[in-house]
Amino acid sequence: MTDRSVTHASFVIERVYDASPARVFAAFSDPAARDRWFVKSDSWPIAEYTFDFRVGGRESGRFSPDGTMMVYNETIYQDIVPDNRMVFAYTMMIGDKRISASLATVELKSEGKKTRLFYTEQGAFLDGLDQVADREKGCRDLYEQLAVELERDTATA
Amino acid sequence: MFQALADPARRMMVDRLCRGPASVSELAGPLTMSLPSVMQHLQVLELSGLVHSRKIGRVRTCTIDRQVLTQAEQWISDRRALWERRLDALGEYLADNPEEPEPIQTAANQGSET
Repeated sequence: MTDRSVTHASFVIERVYDASPARVFAAFSDPAARDRWFVKSDSWPIAEYTFDFRVGGRESGRFSPDGTMMVYNETIYQDIVPDNRMVFAYTMMIGDKRISASLATVELKSEGKKTRLFYTEQGAFLDGLDQVADREKGCRDLYEQLAVELERDTATA
Repeated sequence: MFQALADPARRMMVDRLCRGPASVSELAGPLTMSLPSVMQHLQVLELSGLVHSRKIGRVRTCTIDRQVLTQAEQWISDRRALWERRLDALGEYLADNPEEPEPIQTAANQGSET
């Protein structure tokens, strides 16, 4: 693909876990725990994986969903407040093409014995590489979905 | 892109353009604002890449770029699905591993001492 384009977008995902913020944070920071839910959650054969959880530290992985296509994930941790939040920048590549560069924030809020997690991703989506063939969706549907995303963003901001 | 859709007047303009190309005065029709204000909103929409306009004679005709809408929507839904899956896996992991972790060494985790 020779077309160069950048699309900026952001979204928020919210989850409530029946666990303390310390337990949720440990699941992110402990390599063995992280391996179980994060690294292997997509069940992709893993070619390479490194994890250095500290500010300025890197996490990088090479995965192959089908044994031929290679997906690279490269993360740098920008901010870590134990049991509270993590901010990291990451890029994704498919083969030799970078498809996105994002800033992600994970926030943990204590709610009684539970934890409310907010995952916010703000991304630059590059060259339309993720794009699937045109789908049978009206223009209005698309824009309404975007408006909903936007309201989610402002509601949780 | 999201900034462009953050304003209700601009959302009305996009909504109108979803039905087909329109002139600036057609876009201004349902809005209670001056023509210069409408032009300003149009400029924001054009900068976002969402709307294109072309002047033919005295009439400026605006059209929507469906490609831009599709790309943003596709990006969000793919990336959201990936993280929804991961965060669901985290929930399963937490349910299977109820023990509290050892208290953490804050300094080591923040990398301020190594």
